[in-house]
Amino acid sequence: MLEHYISLSVKAVFIENMALAFFLGMCSFLAVSRKVDTAVGLGIAVTFVLTVTMPLNSIIYRAFLASGAMAWIHPSLANLDLSFLSFLTFIGTIAAVVQIVEMTLDKYVPVLYSALGVFLPLIAVNCAILGASLFMVERSYTPGESLVFGFGSGIGWLLAIAALAAIRERLRFNNIPSGLRGLGITFIITGLMAIAFMAFAGIQL
Amino acid sequence: MAAKTKEILLDPLFDNNPIAAQVLGICSALAVTTQMSASIVMAIALTVVTGFSGLSVSLIRNYIPANIRIIVQLTIIASLVIVTDQVLKAFVFDISKQLSVFVGLIITNCIVMGRAEAFAMQRKPIESFVDGIGNGFGYSFFLLLTGFFRELIGSGRLFGAQILPLATEGGWYTPNGLMVLAPGAFFVIGLAIWALRTWKPMLKEEE
Repeated sequence: MLEHYISLSVKAVFIENMALAFFLGMCSFLAVSRKVDTAVGLGIAVTFVLTVTMPLNSIIYRAFLASGAMAWIHPSLANLDLSFLSFLTFIGTIAAVVQIVEMTLDKYVPVLYSALGVFLPLIAVNCAILGASLFMVERSYTPGESLVFGFGSGIGWLLAIAALAAIRERLRFNNIPSGLRGLGITFIITGLMAIAFMAFAGIQL
Repeated sequence: MAAKTKEILLDPLFDNNPIAAQVLGICSALAVTTQMSASIVMAIALTVVTGFSGLSVSLIRNYIPANIRIIVQLTIIASLVIVTDQVLKAFVFDISKQLSVFVGLIITNCIVMGRAEAFAMQRKPIESFVDGIGNGFGYSFFLLLTGFFRELIGSGRLFGAQILPLATEGGWYTPNGLMVLAPGAFFVIGLAIWALRTWKPMLKEEE
């Protein structure tokens, strides 16, 4: 059992890296990767929200939305299939969790709150978070697996954005063709990083 | 009025392209472009959602309280995406399977949110609708361009039909497998942005 979880988390961090293999969370990935410390701050916030929302969405999906899931409330509900509502429910959960996290941090850990600043509310529309929940449905993960997968994907995303930010800080001293500067070269670097991460494919634990 | 509408429609195509200039909506642009047919379906789905979310948000813009506007916009967009998803599942089931989670991810596609927030909250419904469609076209343009190169170079096909005869089947073309994988998408978009910025120098950024 433990081996299964370790294997799943390694898969989520390296082999199926959210940013480099599935292109999720790309907007903030490209926009917030100018400096290493802000990139790491955002990465931590994303990891935290992923770790909380994934098991929550998994439980909600299994208890209410999946086909026949509501039979536990009343047998007459056994034929109900609300899975088409999952987009709306997931985005609602995510927005609510982000709001709660924001208020909790503001009250109890103001240092971290001010360090994350504007990134916290933006996480609600980070597609890595919603994407992970949709993958959870597609691959029918249990709540336990969702927790591990959510944490792993978050760490993978954090790794990727920290690495990209470090490279971009160095890039300032290079002479890049003017049309390629900024967005263009960032895409090509991300492509090269994706090639490096492809080397992890096929690793089994 | 007509000239202004035309400007709102055409401006996002090149001069203010959502992907190359505004850096929005990149996730799905990379993920669904391994084949032309999937790219076209995705492009249409996003254009429809962007247009109608602009229209709906603009219609009720004076009644949305400022501090809960994000959640209101998300609800409108999510409902439109659910409709789109059900339509795709009903009529083009194979492609809908292939797009997997990325139809759902239109909700968090920054183009839709970005236009609702930046344009539809201030403008009239018709203008917002046109702006949404225009931005959808700008996105579609990039999506189809990327899909074209990735499918042609990656597997020698277009729309699933063999264009370049493969070496393994007696032809001359050896497909470049990198193009259908993740890194190929980054390279194609990076180079496309370079090309667009060389053609339209005002899009260049200093770093």
